[in-house]
Amino acid sequence: MPVSLLNIKKHRWVFIAGFLLLTAIHAQILRSLGLDWETALWDSAVTNFCFAAGCILMTNTLRYYLPRKYQYIILVVWSVTLSTACFFISKWILQFIFNAEQPYLEILDNSMTIRFWVGVLIISWIGIVSILWYRQQESSEVEKRKADTEKLSRDAELYKLRQQLQPHFLFNSLNSISALAGSQPEMARKMIHQLSEFLRGTLRKEEHQWVTLADELQHLTLYLEIEKVRFGHRLSTSIVSDEASNGFRLPSMLLQPIVENAIKFGLYDTTDSIIVNISAKVEGDQLVIEVKNPFDPSTSGPLSGTGFGLTSVQRRLYLLFARNDLLATKAEGNIFITTVKIPQHDQSITDRR
Amino acid sequence: MIKALLIDDEPLARSMVKEYLQFYPQIEVVQECNDGFEGVKAIMHHQPDIIFLDIQMPKISGFEMLELVENPPAVIFTTAFDEYAIKAFENNAVDYLLKPFSKERFDKAISKWLDQKNIPQPESVNASLLETAAQLPQQSRRIVVKIAGRIRIIPVDDVHFLEAADDYVKIHTKEGSFIKNRTMGNFEQVLDPQQFVRAHRSYIVNVQFITRLDPYEKESYLAILKTGEQVPVSKTGYAKLKKVLGL
Repeated sequence: MPVSLLNIKKHRWVFIAGFLLLTAIHAQILRSLGLDWETALWDSAVTNFCFAAGCILMTNTLRYYLPRKYQYIILVVWSVTLSTACFFISKWILQFIFNAEQPYLEILDNSMTIRFWVGVLIISWIGIVSILWYRQQESSEVEKRKADTEKLSRDAELYKLRQQLQPHFLFNSLNSISALAGSQPEMARKMIHQLSEFLRGTLRKEEHQWVTLADELQHLTLYLEIEKVRFGHRLSTSIVSDEASNGFRLPSMLLQPIVENAIKFGLYDTTDSIIVNISAKVEGDQLVIEVKNPFDPSTSGPLSGTGFGLTSVQRRLYLLFARNDLLATKAEGNIFITTVKIPQHDQSITDRR
Repeated sequence: MIKALLIDDEPLARSMVKEYLQFYPQIEVVQECNDGFEGVKAIMHHQPDIIFLDIQMPKISGFEMLELVENPPAVIFTTAFDEYAIKAFENNAVDYLLKPFSKERFDKAISKWLDQKNIPQPESVNASLLETAAQLPQQSRRIVVKIAGRIRIIPVDDVHFLEAADDYVKIHTKEGSFIKNRTMGNFEQVLDPQQFVRAHRSYIVNVQFITRLDPYEKESYLAILKTGEQVPVSKTGYAKLKKVLGL
């Protein structure tokens, strides 16, 4: 809701001063037509008070309802209507006050036309000013909202970028490359290529984009290969997916944080060699992906350690499907299992053909 | 001969340090360790002069490992840990090297250490290092102790209460009590105040285990735990407990 035109202190003073001036001029004119001061002042005060009320009514109406089409025609109609109303009210009051003074009533009757049109002019002028004022406010509000939205999306974008680039992973990988450069330059070069390909893939992907499982798994493989250079002595992985599931689609980069979480969990929660299993299958019209990693139930507490990477996945799934039951975690002995289900919404099914 | 120990869970990261150390014939790498457990043993066994220590490692972090070592040797951190955490250690470790680091940067750290090695360092350096380490969020969810040469990780939810015992703190859990070389104030600072309340000068109690509070002597109380254990509660401790329990 825009701020009322007359809510601004300065505007209010200009408005009051304007009407006082108008009242003074009005009284002066009546005086020159031969009325005594008292009658002239009463007349101008009552008339202009009514018109001022009409003006306030006009600007406040426009505050709540700003016409879009034919605004100036509507404005004229309103001005005439309001002016008519004000005109009759002031006339009625003046006749009531001065009902015994015949010469004054004559002057009143004779000046009806000019009074009416002056009223129309004043009220429509206020109307025009109001329309301009509210329009300007509206556009600055839209502007502000736009700026806010832009800032929000920029923040989100930045956050996403930071998430995607995973500085920890990046710096550790660079460190491995640095180490390999001395002893096994060929390996170093290979890892640079893998890392570049992975990063390029990450940057290209859009949050709202859907990709086939095969594509997503290929990207994931790059990531796993790099992790295996770092942790090859401890980390092995297996990816199993059947023909049917390979063509199914899922939101891009959805599995990445889940697998990252599994690797981190497995590598940092135990000191043994670990194997991370990723398997995909089709269940009805859903793509079901399972990620398994070992963990140590005695130190991990009540599965709270998982939360981190997975809350963002949960949130994304909720935004996409408005469901909270698509991501589930459970522990079987010392194996931690994360299951994610992806309903194939119609869009993706038509895309697949 | 100067004895150096490398503790990092990534073999390539260790080989990097080893390669840089080749230029220092006076420094010998006595052992390479994959994690903090091996690290603790190796430190006791070799008594190295300096350790190169990663922070994020399996099971226990580099900081937690240092907690378990009495009189830890000089430490140079080698880590990709973010800068914020690193800032905290700036004044405490000999140096910290952010991965990947150059030969020049490495040399600087070594010469800095060689320079200050002969000047005796105040005891407080290591103490304040541990102090800072204890403020890492992860550490407030678990306590690492060493018992009969073995390392145990106790989730704080399993802790019933803590009891001051001379220079040590006794940690009472369902599997018995463990001793840790830290102060009550230290624990009070690190543990979540909504869960652990200093009920008494010598006791910190896990409120999740309290079943009732009985009046004891004049102006003092006894907290009765689910396990049947009783913990003394002082007048001020009672006020704190009431606040946390929302009484």
